[in-house]
Order: sequence, then structure tokens, then C-alpha cells
Amino acid sequence: MNKYPTEPLKCWNKAKEIRENYYRDYATAKENGAIRWAGGAWSFGAIPAGLGDDVYCLTGEPYGASIAWNKEFALECQEATEKKGYARDLCSYMRNYWGSIILNKYLWGGPFPKPDFIWQDHICCSHAKWYQVASELEGNIPSYCIDVAVGPEGEVNKNRVDYVVGQMSDGISWLEKTTGRKYNDQKLIEAVYNECLSTSLWAEVCLLNKTIPAPLDEKTMYSLYVLGTLMKHSKIVADFYQELLDEVKDRVKRGIAAIPNERCRVMSDTQPPWAFLKVFRYLEKYGCVSIGSLYTFGLIGLWEEKPDGTWGARTTPQQKGMKIKNREEALRILAEWNLAKPEWQHFYSPQLKSDMMIRIAREWKLNGVMLHYNRGCEGLSLGIAENRLALQKAGFPVMTFEGNMGDEREFDETRTMARIDTFMETLELKKVEYTMS
Amino acid sequence: MIEMFKEWCDARHEYAREWKQKNPKGKVIGYFCTYVPEEILYAVDILPVRILGSHEPQDVTEPHIFGMYCPFCRDCLAQGLKGRYDYLDGIMIAQSCLHIRQAFTSWQLHIPVGWSYYLPMPNNLQSRFTLPYLRGELETFKKSLEKWLGKKISDSDLDKGIEIMNHNRGLMKQVYETRKQNNPPLTGLEAMYIVVSNQMICKREHSVALEEMLKKLPQRKLERETGARLMLVGSEDDDTEFVRMVESVGATIVVDDHCTGSRYFWNETKKDNDRLKAIAERYVTRPACPSKDWPQRTRLPHLLKLAREYNVQGAVLIQQKFCDPHELDIPATDRMFKENDIPTLFLEFDVTVPVGQFKTRVEAFLEMLSQEALF
Repeated sequence: MNKYPTEPLKCWNKAKEIRENYYRDYATAKENGAIRWAGGAWSFGAIPAGLGDDVYCLTGEPYGASIAWNKEFALECQEATEKKGYARDLCSYMRNYWGSIILNKYLWGGPFPKPDFIWQDHICCSHAKWYQVASELEGNIPSYCIDVAVGPEGEVNKNRVDYVVGQMSDGISWLEKTTGRKYNDQKLIEAVYNECLSTSLWAEVCLLNKTIPAPLDEKTMYSLYVLGTLMKHSKIVADFYQELLDEVKDRVKRGIAAIPNERCRVMSDTQPPWAFLKVFRYLEKYGCVSIGSLYTFGLIGLWEEKPDGTWGARTTPQQKGMKIKNREEALRILAEWNLAKPEWQHFYSPQLKSDMMIRIAREWKLNGVMLHYNRGCEGLSLGIAENRLALQKAGFPVMTFEGNMGDEREFDETRTMARIDTFMETLELKKVEYTMS
Repeated sequence: MIEMFKEWCDARHEYAREWKQKNPKGKVIGYFCTYVPEEILYAVDILPVRILGSHEPQDVTEPHIFGMYCPFCRDCLAQGLKGRYDYLDGIMIAQSCLHIRQAFTSWQLHIPVGWSYYLPMPNNLQSRFTLPYLRGELETFKKSLEKWLGKKISDSDLDKGIEIMNHNRGLMKQVYETRKQNNPPLTGLEAMYIVVSNQMICKREHSVALEEMLKKLPQRKLERETGARLMLVGSEDDDTEFVRMVESVGATIVVDDHCTGSRYFWNETKKDNDRLKAIAERYVTRPACPSKDWPQRTRLPHLLKLAREYNVQGAVLIQQKFCDPHELDIPATDRMFKENDIPTLFLEFDVTVPVGQFKTRVEAFLEMLSQEALF
């Protein structure tokens, strides 16, 4: 007998459709004379939105992750990159992405769709260099990159914001020069509102996972948060996250659970080994649900401490009643909003990340933590060993497993499952029998 | 003539402890990256000491830094965890790669020091907003130092710091200049001792030793064949064993592009009424670390210029295992050298290097170079 009722998400197919349209629209953009740009999932997509409504992007990390899910193509990409002389311990998303360019194969068929320009930001060593190489591989595509590594949110000051905003502002002139289009500040302002809304709404969705039983599990959340990594600045994503929030609220109200026999709650960390998401299904056999992670919550989601001391969705400029009047204001809000991103904080100290993880562990009522020591991402694995020590010190059992988000050659499935068995045993859990509802 | 520099390298900790005894009010700061503006530290008579590894296998960093980060950052942290830098009054980093940053942040967490500072050195060195931004950050850094030390840092203090650094840089350039000669009066190993000791010894003292040495260098003749003229390029490298081996099999290292080498001292701080702006400009325009060399590649023309000026016959591309910034640059660097008829040898370094295996590869490389000269 199952403990809780479960049911599929009603908006699941819509999420799939948005993602499919995104990759299709990018590939076919040139048929309609539209603009294509490529850059990272964290790049300030709201800014090129000011070039018009026919601007499509391909963000590198989700594309690299999508390739990772296709084991054969991923290997082909990785080997093509290695043949060009690039080390196999570099970011695996980046290697998958480069491989796709080198092979001239788009994951969804046809040749790799060359962007008109590159629009990137930089906080990890690999960010700007990823697209420096991509630009060279594609015949020196015009490239612009904004350095956002100006220190943690708590130390943001005018000098630091000015530096980011200055680069953004020059970036707009560069976009006009590169594309020959006149820039529309109103479209920028709309995109900034959308970005603030979508990233705050995503945090609200994650917040609902404080509920027992959790209405969402992390494997499902991966398919939802990803939309924010594709085009967090778009109305499509903001609207979808509103619809998702309404549905998850309804699930909470009706006691709909992500897994039928929740009796143990954990979180993970960093990107998962995408080709092995079955790890999360395996947890379910123990009645264990991964309710998310700082990664799923804070890669795109924006948060703040609420007056009662708990973590909640960041208050948007529109909720504060702010009217963005011009380009300068829009850029400043966009910069300040992003500099508060949870997943940008640990670049300056692992302690900042540990504090957020411990907060999640407490507020989301967790029994343990599973840290993915991710060989594929030096940016998000940064300081992870210190996070382990801090979590243990705070009293949370921690399991670690090594792997690679995008290169399955570095993931040992059998050993990982065996580790999970041991970890579950230490949490005094045995496998449960359940029926699908 | 060179022994002093070697002794300084070998007895770096003893030197720092003695310096503190001689300067009871003086403070010693350990720093993790050469983007740290030492001018401001010398302005207030602080001794900046670069934290480097000891090239010994160790087992103390595993709980703190995941093994996929470079061996250099783990070796540096190991020195702190083993208490070898227990004389430090503070530590500091200027933002560069993620790897070395972890040595700094774990040090902050686990090794007590009175003061620590993270300077968010810009990564985009090619924007017009970089210089004013870094100038502002240097102002904040200066204030933090003033608060810690309880005294103001005046323009004349900064002039003093700039002068100490520039004088030493000028002398180091002269030392490197002699290596352009057909028969350089210094081996690469000696040059490595000179430049590495420079990062841990009081600049005033180091400059005196350099001046003494520069007087004698014109008369110095090495009792050895120069052999193939090689250039070292890549990640942090203070591996004297490796250089000794290379120079024992028929080659001389005549120049390098390492942060432990030429990049450390290559350009000077220009005079400007706004001292902090001048210092900022020096760090923005110095030969770039690959982590900051974008969107345009400025390293490649610089490397080629060095290779030409020093009449280099081959380049050894050195990469610390897992060093992403160099891994990202090496294919382009390799291509550039080859397109300019400069053969390359790629070697991956760890805390210790397999000298025997590397010797075979270096010998094969030198044999290839000599055949190219024949045919």
C-alpha cells in the first residue's frame, strides 16, 4: 500500500514542447531572416532581446547536457574534441558543444547551426575561453563576453556594479554594430521584468518542496528548471513557471507526492551524471526523495532571506512597484539581480555555499546529502570538499560519489549504486515495495 | 654568485622568520597569485611571500580539495596545513584561476591568520571599464590594509612601493636580457632560482643581489655547451629538478612564460599622479594569465615575440595536470608555434615529475631539433 498519492504533472508536455520549440526555432531561424546567438546559460539573454522579437539563442550548458543524454553522440563529440588536442578533463559540456561544432552535427539533426554572434558572461575559468575556442572553430564569429566575477552578493558595491553595467552598456553598442539593427530599450525592459519574474517564480516552485511529502522530486525538477537555462528572459518561460507554480500549489493542497512512499529526504549537489538519472529512480526504492539541491534551486532561481529568517523567492522589481524607465536602470537591475544568484556565491568562498546548503538541509527537513563530485564541472565542484566537511559538522550525513555530468566514461554506475545502498543503510532504510498509483 | 638565490629558495621559511626577527613591527603576507599588487604591500613595509608547493607527495589536502583540481593548488595548501607558513600574519589572493583560489579559501577556513583579503581582480582585461574598476578595488584594498595596520598609506608610501617593485623589475629584465646572448651567461636553472627567490625575498635585498650579479655577468662564461635554445611556456612552474634534467641533456632554457617566471616581473608601473590608477594599469597590461586572455588572444603574439627575441629553437609546453586555463590555451599555442616553425614538446606536470620518462621525451625532442638543423 502506498503512503501517498502520486500523479503526473499536467504541464509536463508543455515543458517538453517549449524545449523542443526552442531548439527547433534556433535551428530554423535563418529561414526567416532571424538572428541567432550562442552563449552560456548564465549570459544576460535579456540584452540581445532588445534587438527584436526574432532573436533566438542556443545556450551551451543545456545543449552540452542534452548531448550527454545521448551516449553515442556524446562519445563522438568528446573524441572529436580530443582529436583536436583538447584535454579530456576540461568541462564536459564544453567538450560536447565543441564536438558538435567540429563534427558539424546538431543533436536534433542537420548541420550545427552557426550563430551570428556569441554573447557570453564569465565567472568560471572556462566561460569566456569556451566561446573563444567556439568562435575560432566556427570561423571567428564575433564574440562579446561580460566579466561578472566581482565578488559575493554581500560585498556588492557601486564600483562593482558599474563595471558589470559598463560592459553591458558597451555590449549594446557592440550588438548594434555587429547586427546592424537598432536597439529597442523597451524590449530590454520587458525582458528584464521577465527574467526577474521567471527566476523568482522558479524559487517559489522550489519552496513548495518544503512540504512533506514533496510534490516534486529532483529528477522531475531537472526537466523544469532547464527552461530557465534556455531563455529565462522570455515571457514564454515566465508564463510557464506561473502555470507550474499554480499546479504545484494544487498538488500540495491535495497531498500529491512526487514519490509514493516518501520517508527520507535528501538533496544532491552539482549537475547530475545526465546519462544516469536512474540514480534518482533507484532512491525511490528506498522511499527516498531528492527534493532538489542548491544547484536545482539556485542555478537559475533567485532567493532572499525573508523577515522570519527563512529562505524565500526574491522579491521582483515589479513586486516592489519599481518602474524601469530607461536602459541604464534596466541594466543596473539586471546586474544586481544576477549578482545575487546563489550559484555565483561559492566562486568566492565555499563557506557561502555551505551556509546555503545547511539552510536548505534544515528548512527542507532533510535526512542526508548526496554530493556529486563532478569531474565534468570545475565551476560547480569548486569547494565541494569543504561543503562536505561543513555539512557533516552541521550534523547531516553526507554521501559522495564521483562522476561526470557529461562524460559517462567517468561514471561508475555499479559502484555508485553500491554506495547508495550503503548510504541508505546508514540512514536505516530498507527497500520498500510499492505500487504505481 | 648564484648560490644566494638558490639558498633563498631552499630556505624560504628560515628567511621569512629571520626577516621578522629583524623587523619586529613588520608583517609577512602570503600571497597566492602574481596579480596581487605588491606595490601597495611594499608601500607599508610588508614582506609579501608567494606561497608555493614543496614538490613532495602529501596526504593532507584530500578532505579539502577535490582531486580533479591541479596538483599545484593542493601542494600549496599542504604547506599551510603542515604548518610550514606558520609565520604569516595574513594571506591574500588576487582573483585568477579557480584552482589556486581553493588553496586560499581552504587556508582561510582551516589555518588561523590575522588578516586575509580576496581582491576581485577583473578577468576581462580588454574592456574600457576594467581600469577604473580595478582602481576602485585597489582603493578598497588599501583601506582594508590601513584599517588592519592602523595607519594611513600616503602617496609617498605608494611611490616607495612602486619604486621598490619597478627597480627590481628593471633589474630582472636586464638579467633576462643576458639570456639572449649566443652563449647565455646563465642557465635556465639559475634563472629559475633568481626569479622564484624574487617572489619570497624582500625586494630591496633581492635587488642588491641582482645588481652585484649584473656587474659580474658580462665576464661570466659557462663551462658548458648551450645546445638547443628552449623556451618554457605554461602553468606555474618552479620545478628545478625538471629544468636541471633538461639542461643536462644538451639544451639551455633561455626564456619562459610562466607566472613564476617572466610574467611576474615583465612590465613596470608607469608614473602617474594617480598612483592607484598607475598600479592598476600595470596589472591590467602585464602579460596575461590564460584565464584572463580573452576575447582577443594577446598571449600568442607575446610568446612569439619572446621566441624570436631569444632565438628559441623549440618550446616546451608545460601544463599542471587539470590546469584548465592552460589546457584551454595549449592547442592554440601549439598551433601558433608550429605555424612559425618552432617545434613543441607537451608535458603534463604533477607535484613530482617522472624525470626518467621526461628525460627520454626531452632527448627525443632535442634529437628532432638537431635533425631539423641538419636537414
